[in-house]
Amino acid sequence: MIKRPFFERIKPLLYLLPFIISVVIFTLYPIVNVIRMSFLEGYKYLTGAYTGVGLENYQKVFADPYFRQALGNTFKYVLCVVPISTAIAVVLANLLNQKIKFQAFFQTAYFLPMVTSSLAVGLAWRFMFNDKIGILNYILGLIGLEPVNWLGQSSGNFMAVVVFGIWSILPNTIILLLSGLQNIDPMYYTAAKVDGAKTLRIFFRITVPLLAPTIMLVIIINSINTFKMYHELFPLFSGPGVAYNLFTVVYYIYYEFRVLTPPKYGLASAAAVMLLITVFGFTMLQRAVQAWARRERGEDGKDKKRK
Amino acid sequence: MAKTRSVNNEEAQVNKEPFSFGRLLMYVVLIIGAVIMIFPFYWMITGAFKSKIEVNLMPPTLFPQNPLNFENFIYAFQTAPFGKYFVNSLLALIGCITTCSFTTILAAFAFSRLRFPGRELIFSLLLSLMMVPYEMIIITNYRTIVQWGLHDKIWALILPFMSSIFYTYILKGFFDSVPDSLYQAAKVDGCSDWKYLWRVMVPMAKSSLATIILLNSIATWNSFLWPMIATNSKDVRTLPFGLYAFMTEGGQRNERMMAAATIVVLPMIIIFLFARKYIISGMSRGGIKG
Repeated sequence: MIKRPFFERIKPLLYLLPFIISVVIFTLYPIVNVIRMSFLEGYKYLTGAYTGVGLENYQKVFADPYFRQALGNTFKYVLCVVPISTAIAVVLANLLNQKIKFQAFFQTAYFLPMVTSSLAVGLAWRFMFNDKIGILNYILGLIGLEPVNWLGQSSGNFMAVVVFGIWSILPNTIILLLSGLQNIDPMYYTAAKVDGAKTLRIFFRITVPLLAPTIMLVIIINSINTFKMYHELFPLFSGPGVAYNLFTVVYYIYYEFRVLTPPKYGLASAAAVMLLITVFGFTMLQRAVQAWARRERGEDGKDKKRK
Repeated sequence: MAKTRSVNNEEAQVNKEPFSFGRLLMYVVLIIGAVIMIFPFYWMITGAFKSKIEVNLMPPTLFPQNPLNFENFIYAFQTAPFGKYFVNSLLALIGCITTCSFTTILAAFAFSRLRFPGRELIFSLLLSLMMVPYEMIIITNYRTIVQWGLHDKIWALILPFMSSIFYTYILKGFFDSVPDSLYQAAKVDGCSDWKYLWRVMVPMAKSSLATIILLNSIATWNSFLWPMIATNSKDVRTLPFGLYAFMTEGGQRNERMMAAATIVVLPMIIIFLFARKYIISGMSRGGIKG
């Protein structure tokens, strides 16, 4: 009789144990450890010895030309990819939300990139970007434009990664916008049709304003994701651009702790902490926008029940 | 476009819509978009069947001259152990899915049904961990794996992914939607929590579990950076890392790389064609959390 209540009390813990152990070792501890390492000076990873505690790593990171370049590239990349992909996605999501034929085909086409290895697809893009035999330059030639040296030149490199980046992020953006569109009350459209409003007018006067909270959200989420760009660099250039010209913040972290020998854990950690702070800022913004969106819809409680 | 009539009821209704210039324009835009999204895949797969000469032709051929030319695939399998990579990918996949599903089911149940102090607080703290960029975590995990002597072992690809806060969040959401009365009734009937979870909850959560397992499979299959960091030798490489190594080791021949890339993406394309709805519904929950 005494045993049972005790077992009842620790039972939730038993259920949670495998999950919690794994989270603590592979998520929680790494975060704490990186923050700690970022403040240790002269840290020797093998012995665990360090000479002091301070902001030296941060000073070094900011003084590092690669990191400055990384910051510049990352912001430029976010500013190029996010607005363009969001604009395209708003149009496409709106079309996909209509009653259309071949829905299955379009869904497959638009969402396929979400399930396929970005590395493998990136190699296909590399093939398409090829300066001499690539189909992209061939198409540019057909339209009468100058070929671009996508892979061989620094300026081309950036364009290549932006094109690939927009293409990669579109499916996710469209999906988020679609779920926003499905939240719009059809009543608005019925009313507009009764009034005889034209399609474009409906789009700009009803869809876009009502979708505004979702669009804001998508812009923030995409900013976070594009800010973490570095996957794209591997298939296209096997590194940070042809001439070490395309460092991004996350590539810089990867470079410091995995490419360099001996690895510079301190610098990688300091850069990672700054990444965390940036993402945290964006996430707070996201929360605020979500709260605003819920107020806008004016049905906080109702919305939860519907799910 | 094709004038094939669909038997589908819903689509038959669409057919009744009167023709208009606007609708035509809509389809034109949608089709151009679809072509752009699919084209890299088309180019990859057709490129894999082209010969060395054909791949360098200008203007490029839109369709391979000899569509039964499997030379590049044979070359890929002969120069690099893609068969072995495939098995490794499969092992990592099975390992991740089984362990992660297990921890997820237990944790989601505990957070949804069992009472313990600080439940809500712990769960919301866990949720806030989701925003931490994975790239930050990877630094320490690499060291942990090395310290545990698991570097270059298949376990290195499984251990760090034995739990997922995001999947637990999805499954807890489903468990929450199951009426509590069912749980109370089962308890009155003397059903233990453990039995109730596996006999009642899990079978009911089939579609949520399917979504989780699919998302997990896609993520594990395509994961490239962690395998590249945590493994090294050919014996433990997974497909994407093997493909990346092939790129540097197998020379820069485009048609061969396209063949290797095709090997990597084909399983996921097939899964997507069959389980599109689950995957899309899962993906649409990915972005908007909390």
